[in-house]
Amino acid sequence: MSTLDTVIRLVYLAAAVCFVIGLHLMNSPRTARRGNTVSAAGMVAAALATLVLLVDSGAVSATGWLVLLCGAAVGAGAGWYFARTVAMTAMPQLVSLFNAVGGGAAGLIAVHDFTRVAAGGGALPARVAVPTVLDIVIGAVTLAGSVVASGKLQGVVASRPLVFPGARAVNATLALVMIAAGGYLATGAANVTVLVVLAVAATAFGVTMVLPIGGADMPVVISLLNAFTGTAVAMAGFVIGNTVLIIAGALVGASGGILTKLMADAMNRSIANIIVGGFGTSDGPA
Amino acid sequence: MTPELLADLSIFLLSLLVGFEVISKVPATLHTPLMSAANSIHGIVLVGAMLIAVTADNLLGYVLGFVAAAFATMNVVGGYVVTNRMLAMFRAPAAKQPAEEER
Repeated sequence: MSTLDTVIRLVYLAAAVCFVIGLHLMNSPRTARRGNTVSAAGMVAAALATLVLLVDSGAVSATGWLVLLCGAAVGAGAGWYFARTVAMTAMPQLVSLFNAVGGGAAGLIAVHDFTRVAAGGGALPARVAVPTVLDIVIGAVTLAGSVVASGKLQGVVASRPLVFPGARAVNATLALVMIAAGGYLATGAANVTVLVVLAVAATAFGVTMVLPIGGADMPVVISLLNAFTGTAVAMAGFVIGNTVLIIAGALVGASGGILTKLMADAMNRSIANIIVGGFGTSDGPA
Repeated sequence: MTPELLADLSIFLLSLLVGFEVISKVPATLHTPLMSAANSIHGIVLVGAMLIAVTADNLLGYVLGFVAAAFATMNVVGGYVVTNRMLAMFRAPAAKQPAEEER
């Protein structure tokens, strides 16, 4: 391991520590802002370290840089603009939207890795294939689910529980398709068609999962999907072998899960109760 | 099982336990900001998005890299800014109201 490599890994470790401390400081209103700053500092450090790593590797083509920088500029601009201009009351749906794109990015990392292996005609080792499948499934479910959740809060999608006839059968079918396709890919077969089937089924499942849930329960659902994204990011970390992704992802997955339970408790509801949904919870204060 | 995978699994499990412990007695008013903070932290996927850009060498790779980079930066930048705005409401007794304007 070269010196630079060591330094970068240490920066990643420091970033992970910042995330834990930042999250901990969020437990009290007095220290919450500091917590957010600490966590943001960790994020900036990790991103800069990665940038140094890329520059040093010299392996990135001019097109690669252009693509990366344009993508980052578009994302940063959109994120900044929406976050600054959104009305205070519309913040939960915006968080849900940011959560959706985070899940999407995590899923895309696995897709990218997968297509590269598939193009080379190789097979994936089990230690990559399993997290790849999980990443794509969780990422796609979160992406679609969070967009629907956001739409429900914004009023673009009806906030009342939307239950259509045969919804249960559709969900069961989608689940079976995901298990079959996912199981096949987990064996290491690099088949792009099956991957597309898996991604489409997971996306549809994300939509049908959130549609029957009432608008008043959305904050809890968004928190749950947030925990999902954390898990997807951790899986992406396994796919590309990056520790900081695993740490931060697992951290968010677990804390998001606990937070979801706390939020459900505060509303006197159980998470299972909310997910099954459709109990005349269409509107009212969340 | 390779040593690398074992190390990664250990890190994963221990981080899960830290995640469970770090959220303990959070007051209900902080639920939404905390959710938003956790949302920004999984923006670390940006590091992954940057790393996959290295290996892209065809159109599909570039498209995936572009979208992943855009998504991830939006998650990071938007996440932290919106969390900060939410938290700004907490230190806002009437006297400090004008301070809101500078943002």
